Amino acid sequence: MAFFIETMLGGLMTGMLYSLVALGFVLIFKASGVFNFAQGAMVLVAALAMARFSEWSNAALGGDSLFLANVIGIIGAGAVMFLVAWAVERFVLRKLVNQEGATLLMVTLGIAYVLEGLGQTFFGSEIYSIDVGMPKDPVIMFEGLFEGGVLINKEDFIAAALAAVLVAGLTVFFQKTAIGRALRAVADDHQAAQSVGIPLNKTWVIVWCVAGLVALVAGIIWGSKMGVQFSLVTVALRALPVVILGGLTSVPGAIVGGLIIGVGEKLSEVYLGPFVGGGIEIWFAYVMALIVLLFRPQGLFGEKIINRV
Amino acid sequence: MDMTDMNSAAATSPAGRRQGEVILDLQNISLRFGGVKALTDISFNIREHEVRAIIGPNGAGKSSMLNVINGVYHPQEGRIFFRGEERKKMEPHMAALQGIARTFQNIALFKGMSVLDNIMTGRNLKMKCNLFQQALWLGPALREEIAHREKVEEIVDFLEIQHIRKTPVGALPYGLQKRVDLGRALAMEPQILLLDEPMAGMNVEEKQDMCRFILDISDQFGTTIVLIEHDMGVVMDISDRVVVLDYGKKIGDGTPDEVRNNQDVINAYLGSGH
Amino acid sequence: MFYRENGQFKTSYAADQQIFTIAQDKWFVWGLIAFAALAVPMLADEYMFRAILIPFLVLSLAALGVNLLVGYCGQITLGAGAFMAIGAYAAYNFMVRIDGMPLVLAMLLGGVSAAAFGILFGIPSLRVRGLYLAVATLAAQFLCDWAFLRIGWFTNNSSSGSVSVAKLEMLGWAIDSPTEKYLFCLAFVVVFAFIGKNLTRAAIGRQWMAIRDMDVAAEVIGIRPMFAKLSAFAVSSFFVGVAGALWGFVHLGSWEPAAFSVDRSFQLLFMVIIGGMGSIMGSFFGAAFIVILPIFLNQFLPLLGSLVGVTVSTAGISHAELIIFGSLIIFFLIVEPHGLARLWSIAKQKLRLWPFPH
Repeated sequence: MAFFIETMLGGLMTGMLYSLVALGFVLIFKASGVFNFAQGAMVLVAALAMARFSEWSNAALGGDSLFLANVIGIIGAGAVMFLVAWAVERFVLRKLVNQEGATLLMVTLGIAYVLEGLGQTFFGSEIYSIDVGMPKDPVIMFEGLFEGGVLINKEDFIAAALAAVLVAGLTVFFQKTAIGRALRAVADDHQAAQSVGIPLNKTWVIVWCVAGLVALVAGIIWGSKMGVQFSLVTVALRALPVVILGGLTSVPGAIVGGLIIGVGEKLSEVYLGPFVGGGIEIWFAYVMALIVLLFRPQGLFGEKIINRV
Repeated sequence: MDMTDMNSAAATSPAGRRQGEVILDLQNISLRFGGVKALTDISFNIREHEVRAIIGPNGAGKSSMLNVINGVYHPQEGRIFFRGEERKKMEPHMAALQGIARTFQNIALFKGMSVLDNIMTGRNLKMKCNLFQQALWLGPALREEIAHREKVEEIVDFLEIQHIRKTPVGALPYGLQKRVDLGRALAMEPQILLLDEPMAGMNVEEKQDMCRFILDISDQFGTTIVLIEHDMGVVMDISDRVVVLDYGKKIGDGTPDEVRNNQDVINAYLGSGH
Repeated sequence: MFYRENGQFKTSYAADQQIFTIAQDKWFVWGLIAFAALAVPMLADEYMFRAILIPFLVLSLAALGVNLLVGYCGQITLGAGAFMAIGAYAAYNFMVRIDGMPLVLAMLLGGVSAAAFGILFGIPSLRVRGLYLAVATLAAQFLCDWAFLRIGWFTNNSSSGSVSVAKLEMLGWAIDSPTEKYLFCLAFVVVFAFIGKNLTRAAIGRQWMAIRDMDVAAEVIGIRPMFAKLSAFAVSSFFVGVAGALWGFVHLGSWEPAAFSVDRSFQLLFMVIIGGMGSIMGSFFGAAFIVILPIFLNQFLPLLGSLVGVTVSTAGISHAELIIFGSLIIFFLIVEPHGLARLWSIAKQKLRLWPFPH
């Protein structure tokens, strides 16, 4: 039983990271109808920038203040994400207003390549570490309930709390602020929003910035857990089925979908894997997405898709 | 509206057109989208060879009605009889198989293809060669292609669009696109032709051309035509019978003259109090 | 001046329905094929065959298949690599499990197997499109990656996980030397290119394009979306599957599942975008471009670096490659969605009028 709970908690943690990436997908899709394949590349670039900026400033400061170095790192990475958002809007999205979804999807594949190339050119392509002072030591819980208790990383708790704060913050941002309203208006109808004076271009920059920040948070959590390296981009491919499961336009869907897939993946790997030679993780999420597509294409929380003539 | 003009229109109303049996009979059709009622309890019929107009203010449910007829929408209630046989729930391509063709309000041409290819797609149902024959492009496939090309050229001649036959439709002006849209529907050699605002956005000359084509189709091929149109002059001029919708309900049905004198219809168009 | 249709009058619809309606086009294409079959084997060296010509031919065929689906039928796929893999592994199994199986037949059967799976994974396209479909095709990709890695039966229980074909032979002709391999691939590509061209200008091609351009209208004029989409998936996967078999048998010789990873799928999609969606010719342009660019950068960038006094590392080159590919994809999607093929046809248009400007 303890093992089961440990597996499940491990899955929840992975799932939370998927949720964060999926959240980036959903934000951008809601505001611009673009499915952003480059979200994974953004996570990579954000994490790389964070790792390298804090490393460099740490060296410059003589290794005295890790905290200050991290703050500089976060600011630097934030600036990079802003630059990315601005450039994407200025050079790509602006020129593709009203294009079909498939075109926009493919263009983000291009963006992903450019970001991967540029990010590694500027920040290097080795494995880097992010140390934001997360406690690495595991704790044992529920000792009273099960023999031996359940082994949990403290780090994971903090990460989960961080993600929860982020989601809450985003919800408030979208529901309560003027910018949030503008974003939702743009998402609903570009032209109508423009006609009441909402600047389309600025809104897109903002939403890509927000997605960039979400990517930064995901990058920091993931990076401090496992190091920053190129394989971070594959996170986007892993998180893609999450949005299908949760529904493309639903923030709660991204969260719940991420957790479901994280847990499902781990449990099936542990309990079913041995029967089929392992490696279920590779396709588990995709098969779930496939089933959802066939029976409920709008996802668990998405709005029903109606085609009109 | 100019009443004298309308009276003269009524005089030239093609009463002499052959009117046959009822070909399509719609009974008590109701259509809802979620909670929105698009059509409520509508019944009317369409006779063979006639020109049947559906009119009504914006949002009256005219396009929804056409979509019900050719199977794009499935009404929650009501029955549809095609040549006396009840029609089950069907997909649009099955309606096409029964000989129902249509044009679209917002032109729905295949914009990446040439005019010829667009019209050729209308022949699709009549082309029988299989994939392998087409892949080799020999014998039967070639003969079939040429035979249908000849049919399509007849339509091109009929619609007077010879000069643009190889132009991609995306590059054509609006009026010509509408004509190609009509050509594609004609290529199906339909029994019933549904026209969704064929003259919307046209200037007077283009409208005259389009009217001429519609009347020619009716006269030469005897095709039954169902027409949605906003231009009252045109409707009163060319249609045999008119059905009037308002807010998804039928408020009038009859010859142009009857409809014109129907108090409900006048209210719907001019507001009550007249 | 030389490229003009003056004086070529068509007197029948048959003449107007030929593949190449302008005589010069016909001579150009036949000339090109003759050049590729006769002159190239004498001119090219072994490196050219191995590194450029054979990969170019095989990937052209695969890109052509992807183009039928993406460019002509408008159904996006990110799983083309999986169908290459199915083609390769199926052909391999036909070879090793059935005695005396002819090489070409095995490859075609590989294509047929890929087509069957293409139909299977194309089923979601009946309900969803765009991104959703991309996810469904990715599912195919990851399932195949996994199956060929983990299920021993597919690799004939090869202990290393990699499989190889001992000897390539067709009707007693041993395909050993690079030149022979090249000619073998060329034959496949020429035949398939003509088949592709025929399909796209026939009724089925019009159905695909109709579905691509306006699916509701297509349905209303009697095109069954199910038949149109699934046939596109089947034909496309068949092409891609045969290309996969060629890639494994002829180009690689022995291969592992990684040869057909998701990166390969992306690469094929990029070939189609850069070469030109909805163009047979474009598939060749795209493949040529993507095969040659990395080789070119490998030669050129260090040279450029040494001029300005910077040493360019291998990693640097691969990053530059990513940036250039990415930028080109963005560029083509924004500026010229019909890709290089469009530039080609503009050039032809100009040539028709030359030396006059209009």
